[in-house]
Amino acid sequence: MPQVAAYRGAFGAAQAERLLWRAGFGPRKGEAEALARLGLDGAVHALTHPGPERLVGPAPHDEKGNPLAPYDAWGADHLWWLDRMVRTSRPLVERMALVWHDWFATSNDGVDSQRLMLNQNGLFRTRGLGSFHSLLLEVTKDPAMLLWLNGSDNSRFAPNENYAREMMELFTLGAGRGYTETDVREQARALTGFRNDWRNGVGSVNFRYDPKWHDPGQKTIFGHRGPYAWRDSVRLAVAHADHPSFFVRKLWSYFVAGEPDAHTQAALEHLYLSSGTDVRPVVTAILKHPALYSGGRLTKSPVVYTAGLLRRLGRGIDTSAWTWLDAMAGQQLFYPPNVAGWDDTRWLDTATWRGRWWIAQYVLQPYALDPGKAAQPYDAAKLVESALAFWRKPALSPSTHTALQAFAQNALADARDAAWKRKQYAVMAQNALRHLIAVSPDLQTA
Amino acid sequence: MSSCNHCTGLSRSRLLHRAAAEAGRGLPAIEPGMPLPAGTGLTRRSFVAQGLGAFLAVYGASRLGLDAFDAGIAAAATSPPQQVLVSVFLEGGADAMSVLSPQGDPLYAKVRPKLALAGGVPLAEDERLFWHPAAAGLTQLYGERKVSVMPAIGYTHADQSHFTSRHYWEVGATSTEIRTGWLGRYLDAVGTLDNPLQGLSLDDTLAPALATAKVPVASIDGPDRYDFWSSRVWGQVEARMLDAIGSLGKPSGDASYDTVAGVTAQVDRLRSQLLPFQSVDDKPGFTSPVTYPASDDAFPRRLAGLAAMLGAGLPLRVVALTAPGHYDTHSNQAGDLAQGLQLTSDSLLAFQRDLEARGLADRVLVHVWSEFGRRAQENGDAGTDHGAAGVGFLIGSRAKAQMVGEFPGLAKGLDDDGNVTATADFRGVYASLLEQWLGVDAGRVIPGASSFQRTSVVA
Repeated sequence: MPQVAAYRGAFGAAQAERLLWRAGFGPRKGEAEALARLGLDGAVHALTHPGPERLVGPAPHDEKGNPLAPYDAWGADHLWWLDRMVRTSRPLVERMALVWHDWFATSNDGVDSQRLMLNQNGLFRTRGLGSFHSLLLEVTKDPAMLLWLNGSDNSRFAPNENYAREMMELFTLGAGRGYTETDVREQARALTGFRNDWRNGVGSVNFRYDPKWHDPGQKTIFGHRGPYAWRDSVRLAVAHADHPSFFVRKLWSYFVAGEPDAHTQAALEHLYLSSGTDVRPVVTAILKHPALYSGGRLTKSPVVYTAGLLRRLGRGIDTSAWTWLDAMAGQQLFYPPNVAGWDDTRWLDTATWRGRWWIAQYVLQPYALDPGKAAQPYDAAKLVESALAFWRKPALSPSTHTALQAFAQNALADARDAAWKRKQYAVMAQNALRHLIAVSPDLQTA
Repeated sequence: MSSCNHCTGLSRSRLLHRAAAEAGRGLPAIEPGMPLPAGTGLTRRSFVAQGLGAFLAVYGASRLGLDAFDAGIAAAATSPPQQVLVSVFLEGGADAMSVLSPQGDPLYAKVRPKLALAGGVPLAEDERLFWHPAAAGLTQLYGERKVSVMPAIGYTHADQSHFTSRHYWEVGATSTEIRTGWLGRYLDAVGTLDNPLQGLSLDDTLAPALATAKVPVASIDGPDRYDFWSSRVWGQVEARMLDAIGSLGKPSGDASYDTVAGVTAQVDRLRSQLLPFQSVDDKPGFTSPVTYPASDDAFPRRLAGLAAMLGAGLPLRVVALTAPGHYDTHSNQAGDLAQGLQLTSDSLLAFQRDLEARGLADRVLVHVWSEFGRRAQENGDAGTDHGAAGVGFLIGSRAKAQMVGEFPGLAKGLDDDGNVTATADFRGVYASLLEQWLGVDAGRVIPGASSFQRTSVVA
């Protein structure tokens, strides 16, 4: 049986920090060091078996001090989840919820109910490390998904292929892999029977399965024949020979840069099948794989970037700005851009980079030093050192370090001609250095 | 918003539409040694005189910073001036039969008992059609032979979904599978890898028509709004900080890192390019030689900024904006339509006058379009429902000023659903614009380009 390779190198704070970025939202103070002490196996076990959730840190509120109203207030759903990412004691659980939100990308644009979206989110949180087969069953009858991909419009009288197609194309098999247009139509027939009502002033209610709306006839799906219904539809997709390769490749892409090699791919598929489509062992193997530690960096998504900066500083959710800021940077939670989710290879352009600049600005605002009162050394190297200490000494590329140093030198040189400038410019340069570090490619990737 | 159970199939088309907008997001890294953006033929001296000169007087040199200065000059280097196409979208399906009311058609009053317009200025080319009074600005430009009118533009078997039909117009094909915009594919064919301004969306998000597969494009609220600052950092230190952004954009050999570094370098370039326009104390950093309509809507401000950017010689090729107004007039059509049309039309007149004053009018063509027209027969709610062929315009000093297609008449020109049939295909207009205005083989951009009839769009 093929074995998945495991990382055998040194597992220090640097490796633990990378693990925390991939399996969570970056380290809080002391977290990387504490995780490193557990060793690789212990660290991964702690992440994949986290115990009951504890939320650490100040409770979330808006700028007026009001608690969040995630079911009702626009944008508060985003804040509510961002808060979980910042405060959770189970980072991988939240990270997997984010993976599934992207995998089963459902947008409130089509659902129009924050309550239904958060209910779906709960599903991803409670079942995200369990059986994929069970998760897909739950997703298939999830009200938000039924609305989003017209599952409750699909009936024996008026078939709607939307969910059937996406279930195969995006959730289980991949575009054009192992199914035909006939399979799409037959799957749609098998998936008939879900209903809901519309109530004015309330919205979509009374989600149910009604056999009267189900097409009970024989269907032929992937060459199998039977009077299939929705559970069969899911079972057949998950049991399809092309499913494990799709599953493994897609899951891998959320954690490691580049594709798995053929051996790793085969070993992960074997692991997935032999565990009965269990997610946890596959994630465990990926988190221990050498490519995670020795391979390339990944660009943080806007919410991972935001949560990570807040975690670094121990700051909680105390403003509602994160919703529009993350939207500006290209990722408003519960509003993925399309059924295929966010494109993790295309986070940045000139507008979304500016969004990240403003995220960093809002993160730093409460910490900005007053040039009229604070004191900072009139020494470029010391300023850079102190700005890095503010962020708890992230590793920077030599060119970023050089750029920071050059900036500090230039800023201080401008102040040579007056004593008040020497005092104030050093403080402003400190504020600026913290901002430049936060938007550097070093902190936008991990 | 009403029940989504009623919009079967909406999600996928909406998603495809969104996906098109997202397609332009992949911005390739800048490699060392890549050329600077194509400029617009201004010398260093003229650039300073027209753009930075005025700017320096306002802000002082320290705020600008030397790097930005040099980059701005270099960006406006030596290539010949580019023709610019400006796309203006009337979102929602503008009622062609109100913008150009067929008062000379005997059936008009019958199908529009409440909404029929009366009086106004007839079109010289078709005296059945009358300009909407709110479109006085366009009427004036038409009188100066600067407008080509498209009274029934569209395609056969018009899709009546907003999302699907606008997607067709955005991608330049009646296909839901294409993920790049027609203007984006034009840029992929002729653009450069390091000039985000070549495709500029003056909007909160990228216009899907500009979505590229290869080259970078930019989205900004307005040239005066691409700002960056930091709490408690100002004066010389702020200028140094902003200049330092570009120095963070150095490749390190890691693919993801280098992608971010590449975008960082683009941000630095774009910021430098737009620096002269930045607002200070809520006043834009540019002046206009004409007065634009006063409005809370961003449209006139964005057009004023666009003219100023062109005046400063920034390397723009295609620009997309959304017009002000509500054109999805299922009810209360008379008031809603007039309001949006008036601001759009007045703003476009001001823009044309601005370009004329700056000596740029020969370089710019404006294309106004909407995803469809509306049902000939009005509904019971003093409004109209989704239709087929719609209205469009090509505006500019070099516009051919010759009608594209014709109004087919209400007696014989309606399809089985009672919608006006198209007498000109939007893809034929796109192909003509590509070939006659932008100078590129339309076959490289529009699928099946050879099958669409060309029309003379440039004088």
